[in-house]
Amino acid sequence: MNNVRQISVFVENKPGRLSAITQVLKDNDINIRALSIADTRDFGILRIIVNDPDKAFAKLRGEDCTVTITEVVAISIDDETGRLSEVMNVLSDAEVNIEYMYAFLSKSDNKASIILRVDNNEKAHQAFEAAGIAQLTEKDI
Amino acid sequence: MERYWNEEIECMSREDMKKLQDERLVAQVKHVYENVPYYKKLMDEKGVTPDDIKSTDDLHKLPFLTKNDLREAYPYGLLAKPLSDCVRIQSTSGTTGKRVVAFYTQHDIDLWEDCCARAITAVGGTKDDVCQVCYGYGLFTGGPGLNGGSHKVGCLTLPMSSGNTERQIQFMRDLGSTIICCTPSYAAYIGETLHEMGLTPDDIKLKAGIFGAEPWTEEMRRSIEKSLGIKAYDIYGLTESSGPGVSFECSEQSGMHINEDHFIPEIINPETGEVLPEGEVGELVFTSITKEAFPLLRYRTRDLCRLTREKCSCGRTLIKMSKPMGRSDDMLIIRGVNVFPSQIETVLIEQGYAPNYLIEVDRVNNSDTLDINVEMNTEQFSDKMKDIQDKERELAGAIKTMLGISPKVHLVSPKSITRSEGKAVRVVDKRKLHD
Repeated sequence: MNNVRQISVFVENKPGRLSAITQVLKDNDINIRALSIADTRDFGILRIIVNDPDKAFAKLRGEDCTVTITEVVAISIDDETGRLSEVMNVLSDAEVNIEYMYAFLSKSDNKASIILRVDNNEKAHQAFEAAGIAQLTEKDI
Repeated sequence: MERYWNEEIECMSREDMKKLQDERLVAQVKHVYENVPYYKKLMDEKGVTPDDIKSTDDLHKLPFLTKNDLREAYPYGLLAKPLSDCVRIQSTSGTTGKRVVAFYTQHDIDLWEDCCARAITAVGGTKDDVCQVCYGYGLFTGGPGLNGGSHKVGCLTLPMSSGNTERQIQFMRDLGSTIICCTPSYAAYIGETLHEMGLTPDDIKLKAGIFGAEPWTEEMRRSIEKSLGIKAYDIYGLTESSGPGVSFECSEQSGMHINEDHFIPEIINPETGEVLPEGEVGELVFTSITKEAFPLLRYRTRDLCRLTREKCSCGRTLIKMSKPMGRSDDMLIIRGVNVFPSQIETVLIEQGYAPNYLIEVDRVNNSDTLDINVEMNTEQFSDKMKDIQDKERELAGAIKTMLGISPKVHLVSPKSITRSEGKAVRVVDKRKLHD
């Protein structure tokens, strides 16, 4: 099963840092598909799914950003009450721990996409497969 | 095989050296008393005359001289020769207050360069070497001192000065530099740049480095040695004493031999001024017994170190001083605890961080705060918040073990802390703003 590559960037809590990062993406014609920011008082971590992760990684690194690529799992579920709860149950039964997750909606097909960072991608893939939950590849996002 | 620039002096018996020091000290005290009204006044106030100084055993009778005296006497108050006999000045950066200007006769310059030649020879330098001097040139003594020493030894000398690091590396490669002289923080930066340019130590011919002008740790020595593929040696000196070359390291790399034929060292208790026995840590005080234009008697350096006469494997009999552990005026007192930036640096390197850091001390609600910004590398970064916070806590814990007080550690992006091409700025003490 394909993992989805996520770009994580260290963002110091200073004015202009986020704008500098998004400028690099813009200048290199990289499109952001999904995004989340975790923050503390001093710094944040920007996590993005982009159309060209290799290029994004190289360009950001070239601009002295602290950046890493992480493999995450992406699924698609119906945008209906209770669906996320089912997903959580599947992972809980399979004893997969979630480090963090974020979601976005796609209006056109009434679906919700969820990006999951878990402690064991292989186990998550198998559990989703068995439960009949649709998994996304990089191309799908 | 160990090489010496002046074997007779460097390996002289203690007895002969003392005789030489006694003669030179007696003459120097007389010279100073007769030619420098400022000294005469200090000695008269203490009730000492040149007749009381019969040998180095009487050294303790002389008054101390401090940086404050140098500032008060600025610019000509301590000059012991007519200006017409002087050929050069050098000066401190003046960052800690009014600058200090030191004067040199041609004789003084010759002796200074001779001391630097001893240092270059001690790291294996000969006339076949290519010596790249990337200390600053100009008023700062680093560049001119090592430049002169390198000429004396007969090395092909590259007077690069500091800065333009890629060009430094290009010259290093094109001309096959074998010895480099600069501040240790600049050496670390050159190493970093070398690797960024996709090069390794195999691409350069450096074998030794002579680093000084700021305190550095054993951990930093190992990290520089690895990144440049060299042996790194310490050198000590200060503008007030001529410049680098008061003492230098030999092949043993375990402390610096003091050029005792020119400088008599003492270690004192910085609080009481009492002379401490050999081996104890205290403030280094030295007396220059050969300088003509700007001789300093019992000058308090503010550098904390210890002296030892233990036999050295290099064969030199010159007394050795340890790497300065800090300066009595660089020492921070945080929540009543004495803190030296070098202690923090030691922990950082032990924990796998580059020595790129900034210490911020402040006072919030009448309590001191200690914040340490540390650059992390890409391998230390993680997409998980918890990992980064764990790293910060781990580092804070290790620093607390070393210092006894808890800092707040902030990991920051690589290269976000300003690099130095001269002396590094490691500490920002904001408490001063409130006083």
